[in-house]
Amino acid sequence: MATTPQDSKYAKSHEYTHLDGDIATIGITDYAQKELGDVVFVELPQVGSQLEGNEELGSIESVKAVSELFAPVTGEVTEVNERLRDNPELVNSDPYGDGWMIKVRISDPTELDELMTAEEYDEYCEKESGH
Amino acid sequence: MTTPEATNNREGLIFEHSKPGRRGYQLPNLDVPEASLGDILPSNLLRDEIKDEVEVSEVDVIRHFTRLSKLNVSIDAGLYPLGSCTMKHNPRINEEIARVPGFALTHPLQPDHQVQGNLALLWHLEQTLREIFGMPRVTLQPVAGAHGELTGILMIHKALSTSGNARKYILIGDSAHGTNPASAAFAGYEIKELKSSSRGTLDPATLAEAVTEDVAALMITVPNTLGVFESDIKKFADILHAKGAYLYCDGANLNSFVGIARPGDMGIDVIHSNLHKTFSTPHGGGGPGAGPVGVSEKLVPFVPTPTVERREDGTYYLEHHRPDSIGRMRAFNGNFGVLVRALTYMRSMGPDGLRRIAQLAVLNANYIRARLKSSYHLPYDAPSLHEVVFSDKKQLEHDVHTLDIAKRLMDYGFHPPTIYFPLIVSGALMIEPTESEPKEELDAFCDAMIAIAREAEERPELVRSAPHTTPVRRLDEARAARQPILRWTK
Amino acid sequence: MLATIGVSSVDALFETIPADVKLKELLDIPGPWSEIETRRWFGALARQNKSGVDHVSFMGAGAYAHYQPACVDQLLLRAEFLTAYTPYQPEVSQGTLQSIFEYQTHQCLLTGLDVANASLYDGSTALCEAVLLAERIAKKKHKVVIARSVHPEYIETVRTYVQNLGIEVVEVPWGSDGRVDVEALRAACTDDVFGVAIQSPNFFGVVEDYDVIANATPAAVTKIAVVAEATSLGILSPPGAHGFDICVGEGQAWGIAPQFGGPYVGFMVVKDALKRHMPGRLVGETVDVDGRRAYVLTLATREQHIRRGKATSNICTNQALIALAANMYLSLLGKNGLREVATQSMQKAAYLRSKLRTMNGVTLPFGNAIYNEFVVRTPYAATDILMDLEHEKILGGIPLGRFFDGHENDFLVAVTELHTKEHLDHFANAVSASIARERR
Repeated sequence: MATTPQDSKYAKSHEYTHLDGDIATIGITDYAQKELGDVVFVELPQVGSQLEGNEELGSIESVKAVSELFAPVTGEVTEVNERLRDNPELVNSDPYGDGWMIKVRISDPTELDELMTAEEYDEYCEKESGH
Repeated sequence: MTTPEATNNREGLIFEHSKPGRRGYQLPNLDVPEASLGDILPSNLLRDEIKDEVEVSEVDVIRHFTRLSKLNVSIDAGLYPLGSCTMKHNPRINEEIARVPGFALTHPLQPDHQVQGNLALLWHLEQTLREIFGMPRVTLQPVAGAHGELTGILMIHKALSTSGNARKYILIGDSAHGTNPASAAFAGYEIKELKSSSRGTLDPATLAEAVTEDVAALMITVPNTLGVFESDIKKFADILHAKGAYLYCDGANLNSFVGIARPGDMGIDVIHSNLHKTFSTPHGGGGPGAGPVGVSEKLVPFVPTPTVERREDGTYYLEHHRPDSIGRMRAFNGNFGVLVRALTYMRSMGPDGLRRIAQLAVLNANYIRARLKSSYHLPYDAPSLHEVVFSDKKQLEHDVHTLDIAKRLMDYGFHPPTIYFPLIVSGALMIEPTESEPKEELDAFCDAMIAIAREAEERPELVRSAPHTTPVRRLDEARAARQPILRWTK
Repeated sequence: MLATIGVSSVDALFETIPADVKLKELLDIPGPWSEIETRRWFGALARQNKSGVDHVSFMGAGAYAHYQPACVDQLLLRAEFLTAYTPYQPEVSQGTLQSIFEYQTHQCLLTGLDVANASLYDGSTALCEAVLLAERIAKKKHKVVIARSVHPEYIETVRTYVQNLGIEVVEVPWGSDGRVDVEALRAACTDDVFGVAIQSPNFFGVVEDYDVIANATPAAVTKIAVVAEATSLGILSPPGAHGFDICVGEGQAWGIAPQFGGPYVGFMVVKDALKRHMPGRLVGETVDVDGRRAYVLTLATREQHIRRGKATSNICTNQALIALAANMYLSLLGKNGLREVATQSMQKAAYLRSKLRTMNGVTLPFGNAIYNEFVVRTPYAATDILMDLEHEKILGGIPLGRFFDGHENDFLVAVTELHTKEHLDHFANAVSASIARERR
């Protein structure tokens, strides 16, 4: 199992947020991609659209499941990973790298404080898969 | 591993059989004076040849479809225990009656006096379903279960809005078919999901708490998708009715209590029946079906138009004028050909036969349950009727999953049960044998299931890599969805 | 078996059903009947009908009598097709799956669009699904414009479907030539309109000019073409060639018996960009673990069993067996046969029109852009004329007064390749005789 990167923050709905300056890179975690199975389609917002924290930003589909993606932070979408359109499997093979989903210029850095650290997230996942 | 059997899926697409100049049809010569096409229609409205369409002979077509048919398994070839689907035997008299030219060659818009036979047939079918449901009115227009659900919820919406408030929510149990929430949403409602109790049924207290002034109806499957009868059904009706809400019954599982008990006597306000389940019209690889809907007295004014009525003098007519009706659910008169088959079946069975269907279906399911319960985990042990739901809990110890068990069953010559449904059971295996199966077939199925349970312990890899003997083996479903190829191209 | 289960009687298995809802008696219904009795009773009912058995039918309006080659029904009765379920388990359902894939391909070739689904209930509900699709992809628009010359029962069905969804149906009239009134269409396309639906050939049999419609419709509005007479696609330029986004229709004309209204088969074909918004089942190509080509239900996350309340449609059971019959019909007829059936239907209709046009008392009110169906007007009530024709063993058509006020003297007449010159001459003579009789 890929280790959970220390330099990112994590939401209960399994999105990671990696902050670089005021640009947050958002994707789903290794745990989430494993739970979903083979990812076949990722529906993402358009560049320039405005995201609200905790609101739905898109959806991710595996062969037999679909789940909503939620914005961990508020801000404007500055970039969308176009490669996912033709290669959604990147979410499976490299969730923290080539499988990233969107970049957002955040408007409120304090929102990140609400998110979990890597340790907290690992513990959270362990609890979730426990039953 | 490639087995000899596995190489027999060689049948190409019909388009790949095409050879210029081949014909599979013949028309008489045109016997009227031929006008130039351009004189009939301007050329910008006409097309050139249909590019890439096929040119094949009758032999090509017959061989092609015969070969394709051999890649399917079917109820005619053996037990097909898909839970919630009621894969019972389809008597062939039904097919013959539906094909009688005096029915087949009638047009849906003929005036009533020309189609008295059809209207009488529909009227008799409604009477029969009224008796089976114990309800005052049944619409025959819906053409599938989900279509019936939409019809039923639209009627509830109309009834409530007529009395001032359509309300906002439909309550749906967590073991319900996916069509229930989808139908309720398309009828204009939001969904609230109710949790099942540890018995797998709905607790009246859970319902009572959920029924607010905003709730329009509860949609519930009886017996539920675990095969367990909701013994508190009359309490549900009382709780809902006290708050002015309605009780909708998904009748997909009617096969387990037809002739034994009637929805109308349980306080149910709306029920749809999938005629392609309980009343034996063939599934045809996914339809056509029919989903007539029975309603309680309060909902009678709202049934779709047209209805079939009988006059004092014994003649029949289609009534199009029903001022409170929700309207028409489809063009014309429903899936008439399917309705003919269903009535044929009801008449062939008679009252005793219909009751025996339920008795044998429940006996068969319980026999399977008894034989398999030491090999497979039974997540809910409440007594079940016509179907039984196991899980893969025991086999997971050997890393064998429900999907693997299902695929391995194919090697034993059986269609798999419904899998991963209901959603409240992790790794569900939902088995519904129906009344059609003799004991020997049930035993052969149980023997296969028990053998697979043993294989899961002793040779798990064999199960995990199943099926081995089918025309194709496991498919790359992710590839199909990632880069969809949804048509042939030259 | 009871011993294995551990109960003493079958009744004991039903103890979970409360006694107070259990029936004390048998149902009060007829039967059981032997096959012989069943045939006798149903046969007697069938003989009470007037039908294509002993009448020549000119009835259309969304249900047409075209010839189905003999081998179609024989193949359809193969148990492996007839008695299989929806192909959830692809390893043992390749026959059904491959056939659906072929059916989807035929639909694409015929309509000029990119992606077809496995079938919908019928033409009317297919239009409903198209309207719902168009509304889903448009953000915050709530009006759909439908030509009044779309089959009236299709429009009624749409109104039923959308009644609680905040969608408003705006109808636009037809002009003097029977085609959509383009100025009215243009005016109706306000900013809050998400879709435009027209039918061609329309309810009166008049072929619309797709380009004219497309030009009058704003680019952002989803353009829906309805085809209720599917054989017309054998000769008419398809909607996909003229910028339409969705084509829906009724496949009954592909040799399916009229059988009083169903089962038929609805089809939907869309542009590639809309495929993930498609209602119903889709079959796609893939490979198995050994690399063999195979077919499977795909993009299933759109559907109710996964997305539940947020699915693109509630449809589950569709019309698979009728779609299979359509696939067989389209394959047998093929490139040349489909054109020939369409040409003969059109030529024969043109011949009948030419006979009627010169007849005293008959007018053909709408323009000449006709495929195989057209409106006949006389100075007398259409129902009276049709009753006269019935005495001549002719089911002469559909009186339009049933659908439209002020059209009591009009009726709709459909012609197909099944009609001979003799039938057409007999029809014309019977109409002429009826007019003479009414005149007296």
